[in-house]
Amino acid sequence: MSDTDTTETAAAFEPTIVAFFCNWCTYLAADLAGTSRMKYAPNARIIRVMCSGRVDPQFVFDAFAKGADGVLIGGCHPGDCHYQEGNTKALRRFTLLRRMLTDLGVEEERIRLEWISAAEADRLRDVMNEMADQIRALGPFRLPDGAVAPAAPRREEVPA
Amino acid sequence: MTAKPKVAFYWLASCGGCEEAVVDLAEDLLGVADAVDIVFWPVALDSKRADVEAMEDGEILAAFVNGAVRTDEQEEMVHLLRRKARVMVAFGSCSHMGGIPGLANLWDKEAIFDRVYRTSPTTDNPDGVVPKTEYASNGHRVTLPGFHDTVRALDQVTTVDYVVPGCAPTPNIIAAAVGALLSGDLPPAGTVLAPDVALCSECDRRDTKPDDLTITEFKRPHQIIADEDTCLLAQGLLCLGPATRAGCGALCIGANMPCTGCFGPTSSVRDHGAKAAGAIASLVGADDPEEIERILSTIPDPIGTFYRYGLPHSLLVRKRQPAGATE
Amino acid sequence: MREPNGTPRIGVYVCHCGTNIASTVDVAAVRDAAESLPGVVLSRDYKYMCSDPGQELIKHDIAEFGLERVVVASCSPCLHEETFRGAVGEGGINPYFFQMVNIREHDSWVHRDIAAATAKANDLIRAAVRRVRFHEPLEPRRVPIDPRVMVVGGGIAGIHAALTLANAGKQVYLVEREPSIGGHMAMFDKTFPTLDCAACILTPKMTQVRAHPNIQIMTMSEVEEVSGFVGDYRVRVKHHPRFVIEDACVGCLECIDACVFRNGKTPDEFNLGLSKRKPIYIPFPQAVPQVVVIDPEACIEFRAGCRKKTCVEVCAERNAIDFQQEVTYDEVTVGAIILATGFQAFEASRLPQYGYGRLDAVYTALEVERLVNASGPTEGSIVLRDGSTPTSIGIIHCIGSRDKNTNEYCSRVCCMYSLKLAHLLKEKTDAEIYEFYIDMRTPGKGFEEFYNRVEEEGVHFIRGKVADVYPEAGNTGRVVLQAEDTLAGMVRKIPVDMVVLATGLEPQPDAEDVRRTFNITCGSGGFFTERHPKLAPVSTFTDGVFLAGACQGPKDIPDTVAQAGAAAAEALALIDAGHIELEPNTAFVVEERCSGCRTCVGMCPFSAISIVDGKAVINEVLCKGCGTCVAACPSGAIRQNLFEDEEIFEEILGVLTHV
Repeated sequence: MSDTDTTETAAAFEPTIVAFFCNWCTYLAADLAGTSRMKYAPNARIIRVMCSGRVDPQFVFDAFAKGADGVLIGGCHPGDCHYQEGNTKALRRFTLLRRMLTDLGVEEERIRLEWISAAEADRLRDVMNEMADQIRALGPFRLPDGAVAPAAPRREEVPA
Repeated sequence: MTAKPKVAFYWLASCGGCEEAVVDLAEDLLGVADAVDIVFWPVALDSKRADVEAMEDGEILAAFVNGAVRTDEQEEMVHLLRRKARVMVAFGSCSHMGGIPGLANLWDKEAIFDRVYRTSPTTDNPDGVVPKTEYASNGHRVTLPGFHDTVRALDQVTTVDYVVPGCAPTPNIIAAAVGALLSGDLPPAGTVLAPDVALCSECDRRDTKPDDLTITEFKRPHQIIADEDTCLLAQGLLCLGPATRAGCGALCIGANMPCTGCFGPTSSVRDHGAKAAGAIASLVGADDPEEIERILSTIPDPIGTFYRYGLPHSLLVRKRQPAGATE
Repeated sequence: MREPNGTPRIGVYVCHCGTNIASTVDVAAVRDAAESLPGVVLSRDYKYMCSDPGQELIKHDIAEFGLERVVVASCSPCLHEETFRGAVGEGGINPYFFQMVNIREHDSWVHRDIAAATAKANDLIRAAVRRVRFHEPLEPRRVPIDPRVMVVGGGIAGIHAALTLANAGKQVYLVEREPSIGGHMAMFDKTFPTLDCAACILTPKMTQVRAHPNIQIMTMSEVEEVSGFVGDYRVRVKHHPRFVIEDACVGCLECIDACVFRNGKTPDEFNLGLSKRKPIYIPFPQAVPQVVVIDPEACIEFRAGCRKKTCVEVCAERNAIDFQQEVTYDEVTVGAIILATGFQAFEASRLPQYGYGRLDAVYTALEVERLVNASGPTEGSIVLRDGSTPTSIGIIHCIGSRDKNTNEYCSRVCCMYSLKLAHLLKEKTDAEIYEFYIDMRTPGKGFEEFYNRVEEEGVHFIRGKVADVYPEAGNTGRVVLQAEDTLAGMVRKIPVDMVVLATGLEPQPDAEDVRRTFNITCGSGGFFTERHPKLAPVSTFTDGVFLAGACQGPKDIPDTVAQAGAAAAEALALIDAGHIELEPNTAFVVEERCSGCRTCVGMCPFSAISIVDGKAVINEVLCKGCGTCVAACPSGAIRQNLFEDEEIFEEILGVLTHV
């Protein structure tokens, strides 16, 4: 993103959205949208987690730091969590996270938590489209060019 | 007599507390002074930049640099010391993560100058003069270092070999670091020289924390008289001990004050504030969105709370500048 | 064996899925892009990766090129993750050295623009390639399976599933909330298209259930809570009081005769209120168990107390009546659960234009089932509420079906049961019968033939939806059906003595609660969702919970029984393996990094985390792998297999590297 040319016009801009979807509801809604051949904006990149409760706020910050224009977290409706209440943990974190991101100048439209059940493919489609439209209107999310993200911490047990 | 290893101390954007911390070594400082040749320490010795420039590259064993980087001069000094020193040590929270000065990353240069030189209530500056990098006065050219929009930690400017964490680093941590350095018994480069585990591990109050702790109101230290034996988080005080590296011996908690996170995160964490905020929010004792919102609103300043020492070192580094702003 | 740079050798496979992927994603470009990614030593595209030759390709390449990691970009991992893991394992490396990329459901099927879909596929594959480098060798978790099964719902679906399992030697708990098993089928008179007497074919099965040593029937019972997991479900069952001791009651029914109420005053549920029953009653003659039940709302003992207790007197030393009974609970352990909770008929009064509940002449189809039944309220004669016998009858199809105002779906059975009722009513009354239909749907074995037969019997068919039902002028007691006859192109107004509303099938009113209790999902109509409509039609997304019958969607009896058999077979296959392999996605604590802060302990809904000697310890057996504790751990001391922080960070970086 650092070499984004500043003459990029809003019309040419297509946002990239990183979507963290829980395995049991929203990921399946996206599968259902597929099997139903619904069409929606191609801006999101879905990353599967078992539960929205797995979404560490660091993932969201990291996505923005690495060039995402928006982040979408999808989980089961309250009361429907496959793991009983992982989604409420996600909601608690998200509530604080959104406030912190807003304080850091991230527009609210760029970060969403949505409850989308496995049956709600139409809702998934609508959220995808709406979010893409909103962020397209906002323009790209850019970290300051002078800002240098710290190196990833090293871990002693370097994975195989 | 063989030459003693040379060390340098330098300060960037900092409060001077880290220098005090070195003095706080007390008698141990004499031992250090015996063992090394302090070639550069502007706060205590009359040595100049030119003296450092005159040294061979790598001539200095270690440079202990405290403070964050926010001006051209500081950046230049960092590069100079990096060249001259074989080991670069980020000393203290500001150098490690940006520190308190790093909270300036919630604004930019323009906003800071405006506040400090024009609009603050005690300012009398009818002409609205703000610092310039060059100024002509009576035929003389006066210069000042350039002021950056973004405060950076030392490792965002140059390669850092070791970190001595803390605001300020505690004597035990400093002594251990100096000892390791002099003995040559050093961990892999990049290591923070403090235990890689959170502070609860050395907190006397750990076992008073309930397994099923939930928080329905966050309290600030002035609002309650905290029990001196019970986990502060369990009393509603926002203690960052669970998210912060150990090594200080839980000094603040010993004074009945919550940990504010100056040692930074453990090595498994990339963003101290995001991780800590996620963990703390997980403990909120409500499921209803509005009630969650209400409880979390009792944390008055999340950025200042969770990124007190590390906004520049966070993944987002700073508040995003509006489109079109100069970097 | 690693490359000198320490990165594992990765193979990438891009599936065309015929044209499903290849028509929207430029698979050759994707293949080439993958080939240039760090660590990728081989990148191929292939027509059908899931086919045997596709899998062989992976195995061959592992041997030939020393692949250490495999990425397949194809369909949803819900479909073929197991397939490809199997191939990778057979190829000789750990099956979890594999990552699947969903470029069909999440990409080619939902986008039109080839460039955008191709770019998306590239991003997703880049993420997988980055991620898979961090995969660790894992073993699936094996847990033993309790051989017992619970069947929830005692209609024909539950009965058939329970019998199938019991006949295979499995212990079955059959839970039914009504006083008797039998469900809706017990209320039907005949079944289409063969016109078998419903009771004649159902009753023997009910008797078998009662007599089967492997089946324990729990009537007046509901599942209160389910905990545990596949192979080891703990089910808490609530038993409502019957006020009759089941083991003591011999079904002599003398107590009913002896009741102080000479005649029944309470609407009889089984006859849909078309008759009355006493406070002590048996739901229907063939009820299983053959045990009476007392309605505390109606019985004066409960309302006033201290009366004669004639039922107790007549029961005498059998001592079966117990007014003190209270709600009790049982907890049973089962390895699998079959949900067969059925449907409810659409509530016809929701469509006031048809007059149900307002006009005496209007009946629902289920009421007519009881009217034509020999053991029904009129002993099989068609006597209307005003005491007359109809000479003309209108049957209106699609009440609460195929209507965006109520239910969009077709209830599948109404055309056929309407034809059946037309036949039965014609047979019993010789009335003129008018069927108002939208489309005549007869797509089953012998169905079209039955339609032809009924038409030949002289039933009139009018293609059109009835718009209004109103009383005929002149207080005749008749009602007029007004409809546009779309074949004749005219509006018809037909006066009839009786109207039958072919009400559709809806989910049970508490389907939502049941869904939550069993942790499964509902489709948009509210019926329970199967794991996959073709590949796993009786499974759910909760392992070990299966579906049978109309709770999964409207269906007729043959389909219901077939599905119940399938659900029983799936449960048997699960149980007879003796153990199940679970995804090894558990969380674990890196001991030396744990500060003992306890943040994680309260995060776990399964009580899998405890503090031992100042450190958190996760019980792998109890851990279900949600990862909530991992996200919550403030110092990053908890890791999750298959969802390591690094793996997710690499995915984030991977999908964003294009920007």
